[in-house]
Amino acid sequence: MSALTVRGLNVVLGERPVLREVDLTVAAGEFMGLIGPNGAGKTTLLRTVLGLVRPASGTIRVEDEPLGRVRRRVGYVPQRHEFAWDFPINVADAVLSGRVRRVGWLRRPGVADYRAAGAALARVGMTGLADRPVGQLSGGQRQRVLVARALALRPSVLLLDEPFTGLDVPTQELLTDLFTELSRENKAVLMTTHDLTGAMHTCGSLTLVNQTVIATGAPEELRDAELWRRAFGIRRGSPLLAALGVA
Amino acid sequence: MLTPQEFVADLFNPALTFLPKALFVALLSSAVCGVIGCYVVLRGMAFIGDAVAHAVFPGLAVAFVVQGNLVLGGAVAGVLTAVAVAVFAQNRRLREDSVIGVFFVAAFALGIVIISRSPGYSGSLQQFLFGSITGIPDEDLIVVGVSTVGLLLVAFLFHKEFVAVTLDRESARALGLPVFALDLALYIMVSIAVVISVQTIGNILVLALLVTPAATARLLTDRLGLMMLLAPLVGGASALIGLYLSWSIDLPTGGTIVLVATGFFLLSWGAAPRHGLLGRLARRRRNPDAVETAPG
Repeated sequence: MSALTVRGLNVVLGERPVLREVDLTVAAGEFMGLIGPNGAGKTTLLRTVLGLVRPASGTIRVEDEPLGRVRRRVGYVPQRHEFAWDFPINVADAVLSGRVRRVGWLRRPGVADYRAAGAALARVGMTGLADRPVGQLSGGQRQRVLVARALALRPSVLLLDEPFTGLDVPTQELLTDLFTELSRENKAVLMTTHDLTGAMHTCGSLTLVNQTVIATGAPEELRDAELWRRAFGIRRGSPLLAALGVA
Repeated sequence: MLTPQEFVADLFNPALTFLPKALFVALLSSAVCGVIGCYVVLRGMAFIGDAVAHAVFPGLAVAFVVQGNLVLGGAVAGVLTAVAVAVFAQNRRLREDSVIGVFFVAAFALGIVIISRSPGYSGSLQQFLFGSITGIPDEDLIVVGVSTVGLLLVAFLFHKEFVAVTLDRESARALGLPVFALDLALYIMVSIAVVISVQTIGNILVLALLVTPAATARLLTDRLGLMMLLAPLVGGASALIGLYLSWSIDLPTGGTIVLVATGFFLLSWGAAPRHGLLGRLARRRRNPDAVETAPG
């Protein structure tokens, strides 16, 4: 059973078609990189899967159920700038805020909520910083807080939007290890990234998107330079192709 | 100048019954504005607060002209404007601040036109704009009391939802929170907090009650719970000290309260443990080589 299945997805924003006939399958335990140039519709695809954008047509199923019923099984890690880091809140409470709908209206978080948030914090290695105000964290620590907030719901699918942007290489490697481990724990991890060479090395599979899916498969299956040229609109002999090892 | 003891004696003087009423209203409205103001400050919606503050004016004017209840009239106008802003701001072609700019000045203009139709309006206009401690009717005490309790209750009951939306709207929406309804609820709460404060502080200065105590509290702490406790304390202390000073040396009440609150803000800006000037200087002395930068 696949964790996330997208079939025949068409998305129109304003008058402009952004995604055409997108088919995408992410299995449980798969770590997939979603790559494509700016404006290819990567973020729109994630937002549509989250139910934030209404598609013109197509279906999205999570563990073989329609999205509306299983929203909680999809964890979302937005780009870091979406979060108000100047808000006076500590790491533990920021992670707990991921369970706000689970806790329910007019209720206070219970033991189960604190446990889930604590486990999520431990999972990303931030237990020691639980009491730290979020404004005092480094970029990598902030990214880990956002991952923990998503994990606090114990999702089966994890969507990450550009988690590496603005981070130094050691921090990127730390996060890559974390995402790989999460996929080994049988979560489906789908991540958009601009770090193509990194994705070639670390993701179990890649999907090349430019308005529609150009190609999908394990990195070693995507050796055809033509696919990359189509996805990124680059010329023959571009140094990028050499860097990717597909020239 | 009166001593504090004389001020207390005046509060209990049966010939000056308007004074304890004014104190009651000023204390409650500053406290409630302090709590609601925490969201205004943290969401960067000071401009919306200003807009709503001006928008209640036509409601007050209508209520004045037809001799209705001022608090009710102001609340209706403020809420209508808040809804208009929230709805029109959904149109992404115009930024929210432009929509606010259009509606709040229009509402204020409407208020001026309406109140000018009432004979002898200049006195009442001044009272609306700058506040007054005399002539608060008894029924307003009940309205202010009930509104305060209601607002604090709503703020408490929906605290975690308001926090989640303020932290990250996109994720809140993805989680299935009704972001639009929560925004609207917050605008309406700001309107009501403004309306109950207009009596004593005045329409022009009421924004200070929403922003200054909460901003002061933000400087003093990195914990939201503490901030929401400190802000109403700062607001309440400003109201008490401001009313005392204005009564004893005959200064305008609203202006004096706001200046006291501003004094608190400047004090905490200088002396706050982490964010204040003194704290920063002390840290630099202890650790002269450290360069202070925001973590990236």
